[in-house]
Amino acid sequence: MKKKFLNIIILNIFVFIGLISSLFSNTIQPGPRAYDEIQKALIFSKPGDLIQLSEGIFEFEDGLSLDIDNVTVAGEGEDKTILSFKNQKSGAEGLLVTSSGVVLKDFAIEDTIGDAIVVKGANGISFIRIRVEWTGGPKESNGAYGLYPVQSSDVLIDSCIAIGASDAGIYVGQSERIKVLNSLAKYNVAGIEIENSYFAEVIGNTAEHNTGGILIFDLPDLPQQGGHDILVANNLVINNDTKNFAPEGNIVGNTPNGTGIMIMANQFVEIRDNVIKNNATTGILIASYQDEAEDKNYDPIGNHIYIHGNTLNNNGFDVDKVRAKPISDAINGKIPEIVWDGVVPFIEWIGISPSSRVTLGSNFTESGKADFVNLKLMTKFLVPIIHKIDNNYSNYMGELESIKPVVFLQD
Amino acid sequence: MTFFLISSLKAEPLFLSEYNFFKNIREQIPKEGVIPYHIANPLFSDYTYKFRFISMPDNKVASYNYENIFNFPLGTTIIKTFAYPVDDRDLKKGFQLLETRLLIHKKEGWTPVSYVWNENQTDAKLKFIGKTIEANWIDKNGNVRNARYRVPNINQCKSCHQLNKAIMPIGPKGRNMDLDFFYQSGKENQIDYWEENKLLKDVPKKKMIKPAIWNDETFLIPERARSYLDSNCAHCHRKGGSAGNSGLYLSLEEVGRMAIGVMKKPVAAGRGSGNMEYVINPGKPEESILLFRMASTDPGVMMPELSRSLSHKEALPVIYEWIKEME
Repeated sequence: MKKKFLNIIILNIFVFIGLISSLFSNTIQPGPRAYDEIQKALIFSKPGDLIQLSEGIFEFEDGLSLDIDNVTVAGEGEDKTILSFKNQKSGAEGLLVTSSGVVLKDFAIEDTIGDAIVVKGANGISFIRIRVEWTGGPKESNGAYGLYPVQSSDVLIDSCIAIGASDAGIYVGQSERIKVLNSLAKYNVAGIEIENSYFAEVIGNTAEHNTGGILIFDLPDLPQQGGHDILVANNLVINNDTKNFAPEGNIVGNTPNGTGIMIMANQFVEIRDNVIKNNATTGILIASYQDEAEDKNYDPIGNHIYIHGNTLNNNGFDVDKVRAKPISDAINGKIPEIVWDGVVPFIEWIGISPSSRVTLGSNFTESGKADFVNLKLMTKFLVPIIHKIDNNYSNYMGELESIKPVVFLQD
Repeated sequence: MTFFLISSLKAEPLFLSEYNFFKNIREQIPKEGVIPYHIANPLFSDYTYKFRFISMPDNKVASYNYENIFNFPLGTTIIKTFAYPVDDRDLKKGFQLLETRLLIHKKEGWTPVSYVWNENQTDAKLKFIGKTIEANWIDKNGNVRNARYRVPNINQCKSCHQLNKAIMPIGPKGRNMDLDFFYQSGKENQIDYWEENKLLKDVPKKKMIKPAIWNDETFLIPERARSYLDSNCAHCHRKGGSAGNSGLYLSLEEVGRMAIGVMKKPVAAGRGSGNMEYVINPGKPEESILLFRMASTDPGVMMPELSRSLSHKEALPVIYEWIKEME
């Protein structure tokens, strides 16, 4: 009895210290009250406020959400301030942001039951030195997306880390004006994915040990489509050797094991000065969208795709015979460093309209020039008897204008 | 920070009783002028009962709309109390009141607030950051049931009530309100009652189509299924709603086959896809993501994302049959 009483006193002292310290500092500490304190701060902050999280491991059972503009949420570092959702019981994501101008920096979100950080409809969102990770390694039961801004504009992702997402580690969807810089994506199905988006730069990132390193996709039947003006430059896309572990049904589940960079159905895409190595299926894959679409405005075939200055080495040594069947059907042995499926609109195929969907500048291997193949799938579908792949790099040589740098509205 | 918190709290009364909506707050008996109502096809929220009321400023009138929310005058408050029956076989045994949510129509827009009931059930207190209530009740079959009931935080209110960035009510539309209610004066159609009592104007003279009630077997299965999806999914799954980015639109007015999910591939479902190819695979309910996510209680998979921790066992067969019969 006495001991219990003493315990209560000690407990009260702790609570008291906690209350006092929270009155005099804005820093939120881990502990049983941390969830309420953070969520309270996220609700009652005013534009311009800083919500500071201390070093330590915060354990949460429910998702967090922020809906105030221009708030900064900062930790002490992605390896020091850790928000763990290992025991999450509610909420479809770890943190949901629905306001504009928010800055998230220097903390980690781990083991969410669904996506890690979702940002919807923001004009301006910055992720700086954020880590999102599923700590059990790549597993189908991991959440789908790590950093997931959607229907947003002026999206900055700088020096972030995304590990273990069962869809994409860094995923920007249906957004415009996007910069993904200096980040690391590994052990995801897709390392970095830009989907149905306009004006994006993906520069200086490392994508390794994913199924596919960097994906530039456009999909039908969504409010925003017709992705265009995407620059992928100076990235290191290496050793993407994790078997595709996406739950079936997801588009990303079609990504062949060991894909470096894949472009599907976008317009004006420039892939330059990347180092792309040791990806089993191929280094760069340009593909059309193959399924049905209800949307009449959707264009399933990419255009103005310009690939130059890349160093590609040791890609295509073990093609994924299931997901990249058209490639393995067409080619025995080593797959070229750059592969195009060769699907073009009918009028281009019969030659009424000129076709220059894919343009190659010089691309290199460590010892010489990179090779290329056009699988000519259009011919294969229509007149299989005359079908032949085209390995002649010089047929596709040319120069296109570079993609203009992305300028944020507030810049 | 602390200052701001206090000043925000000051904007709304700390206790529900301060609004003076009720003659008897415990029994949820409204005072005169606060109109009780119910809607066709309410949202499933872990088997809670909901007591709904509307309070409009004196001498003000709402205007009718069939498929959208009535145009309510400023100062209107929509009131909804969530409660578990002590024993669902005998409602006379009373209810455990959980929370009362208000949507207040202010100059700056509809404002959501939530009040959580105290243990003695004498009043409910303002709560902005949400709360978990471990609740239990006896269900219609006499089984004791438990639920981890989540009072939403104020941001989560927006998640369902958002339409093109503004917060909007969901329930009181013409097509949801066109049903009878037992008033003190007797049974009467709600729209007629509102019109007679000068609460509603611009009511069309012609008879409007009444949507199917999802659990009323006199309606056809496809109509029942669409009604259910409309009220349980379409507040987010509509153009301008918070799941608008999915391209899956489930409101009653939607006609596109792929828009309602037929042969539509998932976009950002992750493991929510359950290893299936299509949202709705006609004739194959067991291969349809829609049904899989409705049946799940895993927060990373289940739909809706909010408002439930249990699955709605009674509704699943309706959706199952609908997809099964679909061509």
